[in-house]
Amino acid sequence: MRLTEIAHARAGDKGNIVTLSLIAYRSADYALLEQHVTAERVERHFAEILEGPVSRYELPQLGALNFILRRKQQYGVTRSLALDAHGKCLSSALLAIEL
Amino acid sequence: MKTIRIGCGAGYSGDRIDPAVEIAAKGRLEYLVFECLAERTIALAQRARLANPNGGFDPLLQERMEAVLPICAAGGIRIITNMGAANPLAAAALTRDIAGRLGLRGLRIAAITGDDVLASMRGGDLIINSLEGDMPDPQSWVSANAYLGVAPLLDALGARADIIITGRIADPALFLAPMIHEFGWALDDWDALGQGTVVGHLLECAGQLTGGYFADPGYKDVPNLANLGFPLAEVGENGSAVFTKVECSGGLLNRSTCTEQLLYEIQDPAAYYTPDVIADFSHISIEESGQDRVRVLGGRGRARPSTLKVSLGYHDGFIGEGQISYAGPNAVRRAELARDVLVERLRHAGFSELRFDLVGLNSIYGSTLSANAPAPYEVRLRATGRAASQRLATRIAREVEALYTNGPAAGGGAAGSTKEVIAIHSALIPRDAITHIVHYEES
Repeated sequence: MRLTEIAHARAGDKGNIVTLSLIAYRSADYALLEQHVTAERVERHFAEILEGPVSRYELPQLGALNFILRRKQQYGVTRSLALDAHGKCLSSALLAIEL
Repeated sequence: MKTIRIGCGAGYSGDRIDPAVEIAAKGRLEYLVFECLAERTIALAQRARLANPNGGFDPLLQERMEAVLPICAAGGIRIITNMGAANPLAAAALTRDIAGRLGLRGLRIAAITGDDVLASMRGGDLIINSLEGDMPDPQSWVSANAYLGVAPLLDALGARADIIITGRIADPALFLAPMIHEFGWALDDWDALGQGTVVGHLLECAGQLTGGYFADPGYKDVPNLANLGFPLAEVGENGSAVFTKVECSGGLLNRSTCTEQLLYEIQDPAAYYTPDVIADFSHISIEESGQDRVRVLGGRGRARPSTLKVSLGYHDGFIGEGQISYAGPNAVRRAELARDVLVERLRHAGFSELRFDLVGLNSIYGSTLSANAPAPYEVRLRATGRAASQRLATRIAREVEALYTNGPAAGGGAAGSTKEVIAIHSALIPRDAITHIVHYEES
């Protein structure tokens, strides 16, 4: 099962940091997210574009996890050569993770 | 209990104007806020001001003001906006003239300055703490603007300004100030300021709360996205907040849209730094209380930081870009051949960084995350490079175009561009390095 079946996500950016929220559609599924979508798992998933560890914050009352990804310096929004300089498409890549 | 209605009329500089007109006309608002200043926007505006001393404010200021001023003046709706960008005084003067032309007399327009700290940062007396490693070379600095808090807005509201135009100011402060003004919250009532900051944070991206940046057909369907309405909050003097939108407008407002936006661009949810409070989002609860009505509770706060964040804009060379498409059988292999030819032709030209993508295959996620993607039937080769000079940067577009006659078979739709890069570097300065001034105009 892919994450997209049980959760939704939104990407934000600040400099070369990307924030990714991951939110369970049903609060009963939050425990699954908390157990399986660890910071390490997300770090492995995005390894090619990351520099440094991923941080995860838990918000059980919202059924949500919040991930902080540090991108390589050249991926910073204002100077990146990338087509999606903000990283706005990355939320969908998160939802492609297989549980 | 006293309640006010605050609406959001723009979430970024280029945002749509029709929903702003709709919320002004039908939102029964007391305040309408336009948040139009992304991190880099003010640096670009500073460039525009250097080219034209009367420029440097939001390019859509005139169109927005012409659209909403008659409605707001008739309804007594006060406008707060950071559309002043690098030149709030010129923006206020233009707004005064627009009001005059529309026959709207007696409007008081406030312009707030003091956020521009480029001169004092160049002066060398400020203690500057970089948030991102070494500071860029001062020779390259284009702009430096500190994020002001609610103080100048409270001055202007107290002076009965109908329209307040600022440059760089913390986005949530644009919304928090009217709450403090109306409800008399103490500036050290950190929990009230924290909850008010939650309200501002949720509203500040306009359509992102009401179904924009959200729709995913079959998973998250959004009704009438084409006519997406902007959000408003009914805020009570105890900080209670219900978010809604104009009836019959497109989009939706529910627990899911609010949760996504609550965490948007947030790092540690327990420590969201603003000039006015360190807000704590970690105890927030979100409850649906009706159709397109959501109650948000539980924002808290801690004492404001002793420093202010500065966004420093600096010149960072030029980026050249070119794209060309290949399609049909063997498209990917021809695009790869074109890429290899470009690498050969450009690698010794003097670019500090080159990047090649196959749009449709790996341009967004890179090669690892895209490893299992099926080969597309059409693919667009994209070449980009960073150069110290504009002349060198344009070489990319030329070499991509030259692939028509000097590259693989059947390349089409070549296009290219060159842009100057204004990058942003963040730093902290002491709060007492800033003095704001409020200027007034009357229409």
